[in-house]
Amino acid sequence: MIEVRGVTHRYGKRVVLRDVDLRLGERRIGVVGANGSGKSTLARLLNGLVVPSEGSVLVDGLDTRREGAAVRRRVGFVFTDPDAQIVMPTVAEDVAFSLRRSGLDRMARAERVAGVLERFGLAGHADHAAHLLSGGQKQLLALAAVLVTEPEVLVCDEPTTLLDARNARRVARLIADLPQQVVLVTHHLEQLDGFDRVLVVDGGRVVADGPPAGALAAYEALVG
Amino acid sequence: MLLGAYLPGDSPVHRAPAGVKLAVLGAGLLLLAVRPGPVPVLVGACVVLALAALARVGPRPLAAQVRPLLWLLVPLTALQLWLSGPVVALTVAGGLLVAVAAAGLVTLTTRTEALLDALVAGLRPLRRAGVDPERVALVLALAVRTVPVLVGIGSEVQQARAARGAERSVRAFAVPFVIRSLRHADRLGEALEARGVDD
Repeated sequence: MIEVRGVTHRYGKRVVLRDVDLRLGERRIGVVGANGSGKSTLARLLNGLVVPSEGSVLVDGLDTRREGAAVRRRVGFVFTDPDAQIVMPTVAEDVAFSLRRSGLDRMARAERVAGVLERFGLAGHADHAAHLLSGGQKQLLALAAVLVTEPEVLVCDEPTTLLDARNARRVARLIADLPQQVVLVTHHLEQLDGFDRVLVVDGGRVVADGPPAGALAAYEALVG
Repeated sequence: MLLGAYLPGDSPVHRAPAGVKLAVLGAGLLLLAVRPGPVPVLVGACVVLALAALARVGPRPLAAQVRPLLWLLVPLTALQLWLSGPVVALTVAGGLLVAVAAAGLVTLTTRTEALLDALVAGLRPLRRAGVDPERVALVLALAVRTVPVLVGIGSEVQQARAARGAERSVRAFAVPFVIRSLRHADRLGEALEARGVDD
């Protein structure tokens, strides 16, 4: 359960989120909003990448302000640009990199990495240069590198924005099939089919919140 | 030594532990430094070529490892030729080539992760002096990763500059290159934090 309590956040003097109160317990939660609406900041609050200027965010009772490391072990985060997430030269090494501080020995790490690469269709690319993968494959790698640590929650900030339609569908399908709780920030509204709840963010406030049909209708009305 | 140029393989050279390879490399380089001369250089070259053959590493990837050295090697050899004669010039140039080729062979036959593990193990005694081996390994990994990223950014900025008809403008290259590089560094830092790398 993620609880956002009375959160206001500012970058300098600019208020990007204002008086946000949420309890996020559903398995599939979508977040939509125009560029600059505050939805990415909201997403970053959920795993402690951003600590709120006012209020608090709790993940299973852990405060992101005081227990950021423990929160990040529970909440994985996938960014829009996979290039910024790739650290190691090859695909397998990049996934293994997420486990360096896991305490697992090299054999156990290799086994877990092999399993994740197989699951994401990247097994044949294990020794390939990560930076030479296609955009879709890079995003799959970014997902694999996060999921190999087995987080309980996955927050994805527009993970398909830079992908072509085919790869976007593939990544969205993979995310939809995950056993984890997922919070998906997206501009692709069709990806929210079957979601339990959608939040509409505008001007730093959550202006609509509920089942997809109603929330997305409110969003459509908002953006005209 | 271009880290990240690993060529997968199953040769004895590939299978040798990274720590052993680094130790042998260090000992070889030390030997070349304390006993300079044409014979050690020749022996070193033979050993590197034999190990490359054993590892089935062709001349092309090995040459790619030493190519970045040429800009230094050519003027250095010319200077040594002028100052000290052909024997010293060839010994110095040959020694450098052998050293870089040997280091290149290690990186071509060893996964970066294994090298980092060996580095972390080697630096562990320095923990008492306040050195965090994992952090040193992380810095090295980031340096490795940054090279292709910066090359990619440079190439894109170059194309954008050409598209705007400003091929000769240094500013049209430098400003977007620096901004995009800094933005990449920001995003990378955020991504590392999200992955709990430095927690």
